[in-house]
Amino acid sequence: MSEVIKKFMYVNRKAPYGTIYALESLEVVLIGAAFDQDVSLAFVDDGVFQLTTGQDTKDAGMKNFSPTYSALGDYDVNKIYIEKESLEERGLTLDDLQDLKYEDEDEDWAEKDSIRLVSREELAQLMDEQEVLLSF
Amino acid sequence: MKFGIQVNEGPYNHQSSDSAYQFTKAALEKGHEIFRVFFYHDGVYNGSRLGVPPQDDRNITELWEALGEKYNLDLVVCVAAAQRRGVLDESEANRNGKDANNIAPKFRISGLGQLIEAGVQSDRLIVFGD
Repeated sequence: MSEVIKKFMYVNRKAPYGTIYALESLEVVLIGAAFDQDVSLAFVDDGVFQLTTGQDTKDAGMKNFSPTYSALGDYDVNKIYIEKESLEERGLTLDDLQDLKYEDEDEDWAEKDSIRLVSREELAQLMDEQEVLLSF
Repeated sequence: MKFGIQVNEGPYNHQSSDSAYQFTKAALEKGHEIFRVFFYHDGVYNGSRLGVPPQDDRNITELWEALGEKYNLDLVVCVAAAQRRGVLDESEANRNGKDANNIAPKFRISGLGQLIEAGVQSDRLIVFGD
């Protein structure tokens, strides 16, 4: 669709419910996947709650969109960075988050982990390497 | 430099649409190019022509429109976010069986691909909002 390939990072900073930022960020990521860019997602601050398992929104009357994250691998979105400090500050570990996978086309479709735990410092470095940062 | 602008907040209850407007205006006056202004989340309300702020206050939609007219800006409102919030153009209103539309004339409704394209085509994409 476009000959230019840029490094896009979507920075998810907010809890999944309470505001619509998380849901509408996911909508951009899914649409943007059609553009053949170098895409990564970062989850920082309360954004780490977006990937927690066992979300139940029934009583709040909202749509539980958390199952959609498991489709990211099918959209070739497989670089998902979780900021370690944000996770720890909220009393969470990787075991509390969805186990997101993708199939690696270059290695005979071997199933691999999409989630990469990075320190705040490493994430700052990754952000520095991006050409487009979309913050939600 | 070529800028893409993303506005994520509605007018009046948040500084960011004013800030985005001021930035866009200043950049244009300095001779920079604005590839596109993309309105997302509650930012889509910037494109409603039915807002009537008090006469002694600024009308943010009209400010965007005047700037758009002067510099031939591409002011794009995200269709998914807009439909959710009741910002419709004539064809969207017809398609969804609504009896009115409210998009301001200098704005247009289009898809999220326009935001990604702004990221690809601009030297810098600047996001205004929380």
